[in-house]
Amino acid sequence: MFQPTKIITAATLAVFASAGVSLSGQSDITVAMQLEPPHLDPTSAAAGAIDSVLYSNVFEGLTRFASDGSIIAGLAESWDISSDGTVYTFKLRSGVKFHDGTSMDANDVKFSLDRARAEDSTNAQKALFSGITDVAVVNDTTVKVSLDKPNGSFLFNMAWGDAVIVAPESVEGIKNKPVGTGAFTFQNWVQGDRIELSRNPDYWGNQPALEKATFKFISDPTAAFAAVMAQDVDVFTGFPAPENLPQFEADPRFQVLEGSTEGETILSTNNKMPPLDNVKVRKAIAHAIDRQAIIDGAMFGYGTPIGTHFAPHNPDYLDLTGNSNYDPELSKKLLAEVGLSGGFTTTLKLPPPSYARRGGEIIASQLRAVGIETEISNLEWAQWLEQVFRGKDYGLTIVSHTEPMDIGIYARPDYYFQYDNPEFQSLMTELNGTTDPSKRSSMLKKAQRIISDDYVNGYLFELAFTTVANAKVRGLWKNAPTQATDLTGVSWAD
Amino acid sequence: MLRYILKRAISLIISLCLASIIIFAVVEIAPGDPASFMLGINAQEDTIAALRAELGLDQDKLSRYFTWVTGMIQGDFGTSYTYRSPVAEMVTERIWVSLPLALYALLISTLIAFPAGIYAATQRGKSGDLVVMGATQFGIAIPNFWFAMILVVIFALKLRWFSAGGFVEWENGIFKSMKSLTLPAIALALPQASILSRVMRSALIETLSEDYIRTARAKGFGKRAVIWRHALRNALIPVLTIIGLQFSFLMAGAIIIEQVFFLPGLGRLVFQAITQRDLIVVESVVMLLVFAVITVNFIVDVTYAVADPRLRRRV
Repeated sequence: MFQPTKIITAATLAVFASAGVSLSGQSDITVAMQLEPPHLDPTSAAAGAIDSVLYSNVFEGLTRFASDGSIIAGLAESWDISSDGTVYTFKLRSGVKFHDGTSMDANDVKFSLDRARAEDSTNAQKALFSGITDVAVVNDTTVKVSLDKPNGSFLFNMAWGDAVIVAPESVEGIKNKPVGTGAFTFQNWVQGDRIELSRNPDYWGNQPALEKATFKFISDPTAAFAAVMAQDVDVFTGFPAPENLPQFEADPRFQVLEGSTEGETILSTNNKMPPLDNVKVRKAIAHAIDRQAIIDGAMFGYGTPIGTHFAPHNPDYLDLTGNSNYDPELSKKLLAEVGLSGGFTTTLKLPPPSYARRGGEIIASQLRAVGIETEISNLEWAQWLEQVFRGKDYGLTIVSHTEPMDIGIYARPDYYFQYDNPEFQSLMTELNGTTDPSKRSSMLKKAQRIISDDYVNGYLFELAFTTVANAKVRGLWKNAPTQATDLTGVSWAD
Repeated sequence: MLRYILKRAISLIISLCLASIIIFAVVEIAPGDPASFMLGINAQEDTIAALRAELGLDQDKLSRYFTWVTGMIQGDFGTSYTYRSPVAEMVTERIWVSLPLALYALLISTLIAFPAGIYAATQRGKSGDLVVMGATQFGIAIPNFWFAMILVVIFALKLRWFSAGGFVEWENGIFKSMKSLTLPAIALALPQASILSRVMRSALIETLSEDYIRTARAKGFGKRAVIWRHALRNALIPVLTIIGLQFSFLMAGAIIIEQVFFLPGLGRLVFQAITQRDLIVVESVVMLLVFAVITVNFIVDVTYAVADPRLRRRV
């Protein structure tokens, strides 16, 4: 009686009954997640929570991520790439309408891309658009995008939530009232509590099975557990308390989906701070770390060990964990070789997520075993960004890098790792200009090997993505190739 | 009398000015830039600069302080950096959760504390008194977030009488909304009720030893009549003071309970705003709370003076 889902069900039933549609099952869903979006414009903030609610449900781009991480057609139904790789001609779907009734055409695409790369743009991923030199409208359904040089990941870039197509008519208000082209329209946002979406009857693609979707925001892990157990929510994506998962697995009312993310969780290292500027010291740290102990202790067994900065589910992934196997004796030997047999002290600055806070304690004790003392300080995200990320005032820190295919950050010497390797940098430039898949694959493998051999960071594990759901819910994404809760294919089993 | 009120009013204004300076300074000194927080780790420097300009963060601190203060005087509390909606609107929305929750908790706490305190005072030193005092000791010692979790486990997960959290809006009926606030209100009320019972008990015991009580007893009033007619009224003064203090605590102090029950109240707003470095929201909400507390104190001061002429001369 007091469950909002039931009230919604009743309302939906009433709608169906009056419309004379036969009803076989539930058509509404309540999806919970930990973080609430700060606002609802995916093109002007980094917050993953915005995409978790809106990506592919409300907003769509030219291309999009499929559940397996591959890039498929979105609002562009096809494209041609010029032989030199610098001009992309997108053929748009015709008859697509925004939720406010205006039509989506080539002018909207031009507007969206130009807005993202403008001088006063507040797009958090402006680099995705940096190679674009011109966006030209050929006709209503054809757009020509010119690049300054070939870019092998351009179609991939256009699939990001930050590259979705918005309309000049509605863009002013999308921070509070998002207007996109997706299968669901935005209905209501009770700040601090929930966001409601409903099926878009004018959607260009297949109609989703769900009539209504409610996203609820529950940040406290204990509250999350209680909400799922009491069945106040039907799905919890990115469930924050891994220690409770076995309990759900054992309960026939629920299903637990364990998938992977694009989150490489690493012991980021300041490559310019002595003695960490010495590759032997970094190698000693890498061999002092027992990854499985961290995965078991901090993540309750959820997570895949990695030996380089690359997602294991990617076909180009190389398993390089053997390059930095757990070998504390070797660590001690390496430290002795560089005259640090007495060990040294450095800082370990930890942001709020539990992988960092819990993992940090374990890593500190593993490093202490080989003589490295760490001064742990716990930081909030805003402090972490200021001190560690921008200020580079740190020795070690633990962060999960959740952006897909982000090995390119190692080519930026001013990035907070402060890793400066011209060989790697030229390899990345070459990669960006290459579109041939097999050549790209071998370059990516080489890149993974370089950063592993240089022990730039301690590579820990790929963050797992766990979803707890009612056992009758079908079609949820198991993996998280991008932060999204794509509900277009979700339905209830009878 | 007028002079007294004027003096109080001047001190009210000075307090508000000082509070605004302190709040602004403390929030601004805290490390972390709202623009870089919002744009994350892939943002380019020019993007961060563009957002800072859009949010008005590129102006110097002094002019930002004056914009904020003059805005507040005109009733404009600014626009949230992250949510991009007016702070006043957000606060009004949240207050419809936090205020009823505080009142509800206060009601429960009073309903428990009055009978418990009176009973303990009349049973002073006997076993009934010991049981009540033991129970209140327990109530003060239990952290309310832990108690909240226990309530959820028992009443939401096992008995399924309540949902595990969340707030049902008032549009859906007052009964449903109150029901969704019941567990949080009980969790908040328990420690308050314990404190209040102890205050009630000691105030009543003290009053019962006054001369006029003995006189009343000597005049032949029964024990019960003395307590109800004479002692209770006089014992209420310290109790009401504590209730007043508890109310401001309940308004501002429900942050953790709001997290446990995922209620969209003021506490959760402030909590989110602090982590997201939504400085303007933090500043304005804290300022509003300060304003409320100072104003209540002002009203109390004036009422005391009306009630007790000795106070006016003392100032």
